Amino acid sequence: MFNFTIQPAFTERVNVDESKVYEILIIGGGPSGLNAALYASRKGRDVAILAKRVGGQLLNTSSVENYLGKDGSSGEELTEAFRSHVESLKVPILEDAEIRKLEKTDGIFHVLLGDGRRFKGKTVILNLGTTNRKLNIPGEDTFASKGIAYCAICDAPLYKGKDVLLAGGGNSAVEAAIDVAKVAKTVTVIHRSEFRADKILVDKLYEMKNITVHLQTQILEAVGDQRLTGVRVLDKRTMEERIIHGDGLFIEIGNDPNTSLVKDLVDLNASGEVIVDNKARTSLEGLYAAGDMAETPYKQIIIAAASGAIAALAANEYLNTI
Amino acid sequence: MEKMINKDVEKQLRQVFGAMKEDITLVLFTQEGECYSCEETKQLLSEVAELNPHISFVEKDIHKNADEASKYNVELTPSFVVLDKEGNYRGVKFNGFPGGHEINSFISALMELSGNASEVSPEIAARIAKIDKPVNIKVFVTLSCPHCPGAVEKAHKLAMLNKNIEGEMVEAQTFYDLSTKFNVSGVPKIIINDTLELVGNQPIEAFLTQIESL
Repeated sequence: MFNFTIQPAFTERVNVDESKVYEILIIGGGPSGLNAALYASRKGRDVAILAKRVGGQLLNTSSVENYLGKDGSSGEELTEAFRSHVESLKVPILEDAEIRKLEKTDGIFHVLLGDGRRFKGKTVILNLGTTNRKLNIPGEDTFASKGIAYCAICDAPLYKGKDVLLAGGGNSAVEAAIDVAKVAKTVTVIHRSEFRADKILVDKLYEMKNITVHLQTQILEAVGDQRLTGVRVLDKRTMEERIIHGDGLFIEIGNDPNTSLVKDLVDLNASGEVIVDNKARTSLEGLYAAGDMAETPYKQIIIAAASGAIAALAANEYLNTI
Repeated sequence: MEKMINKDVEKQLRQVFGAMKEDITLVLFTQEGECYSCEETKQLLSEVAELNPHISFVEKDIHKNADEASKYNVELTPSFVVLDKEGNYRGVKFNGFPGGHEINSFISALMELSGNASEVSPEIAARIAKIDKPVNIKVFVTLSCPHCPGAVEKAHKLAMLNKNIEGEMVEAQTFYDLSTKFNVSGVPKIIINDTLELVGNQPIEAFLTQIESL
């Protein structure tokens, strides 16, 4: 309650200019977008970032323990370190940018925002990230925001002293379970197969006395009345169905790429990710994709950041040829 | 008493507040007896007021100053409003302690009302100007939520741009009964006129679409 986390953005804001054509326009403010901006700016390119929010999904991470040299930073500290590095190069960043449309006409990319503003770029690097995947079970929509939550660090305080269910078995799920267990009375982790999370995290999870784990257990339905009261599950080993009670359900089962903006513009793979080559090029000339939305294996902060660097260097190379 | 704002934060705040152009007033409502986080909120606001001469701070008792409380539609404690240079209420209200991440929506409100208003696009400005019925926007937050200040700032921005609109932050844990009433189980949760709801840090367009449907 008494810690303050001030975003530095209030001090020196450089505005993104609607009238000019940027050499590299970066859409998205997560690790890949910020690193792309750093690399593009250092090449002397005229670059700007349009972001829904700087940090992206990194902001939802309470503790980052696998970014080289930054063990134990909060997602937010890492975000601010990235941001201040980029801002030290005077890269203009527009936040709260809701992208309505992206199109390429006469060799120029036009980006239309939800509030009516338009921006232009000779090249565009997309870093739209991903959205939390839903379970797609009956009751999920009914109890969305009535007991079902997708952001553990945001919503954990609302479940102080309560019994919480958590779906998922990857790193984010296990981290979220550990975070929530610090405030909740109990946490019950439910996962349809075995843990995919790093062993170091799973070991930590089993050390928490108030966490129970049900593996090989599939959630079939979210149940409740006015609010969620539990889930109906299938134990895949015994093939028996039962109800597990809880006051809340956190869903941390992975992410889907945010590609609705570009699905008619570039080629996507079967998972809906943007297909890119080893220089982050999409099927449309001058358009690059990086970070978790692109077809790169393993969604990790350091991999997203690195893919942003590749995209910026490739865009720089391309600009030399036109 | 030990300072709530440490040296680092103080330095940052002084730097941010350096850009203030106009006077603003923080009016905090508290009450005698049990009042969760009243003391802390009072301390934070008074420390903030010391950081820049443009900021004034007054504390009122919600019962003894009932007329003033009702003028700003203040019903909870702690609750504070930010008044502009003319002492006008511009619909900017905080219910609960604006710490953790929420310090950002607090700073933003102070900066916006002290002559550093951020611009909105002409399209959005036109939509806001057209709203001609009373609109109350409650944004439920937790202090550990990085997405919440953005939603609060938008509610406040709408309020500043149209006198029919009031925007208030509600710290969900402090006002447990209110959070239960509106089924707050994920934040930010945005409640418009106690009937419509949005979840998440939605774009200002989404606020407007809901408001226009009233």
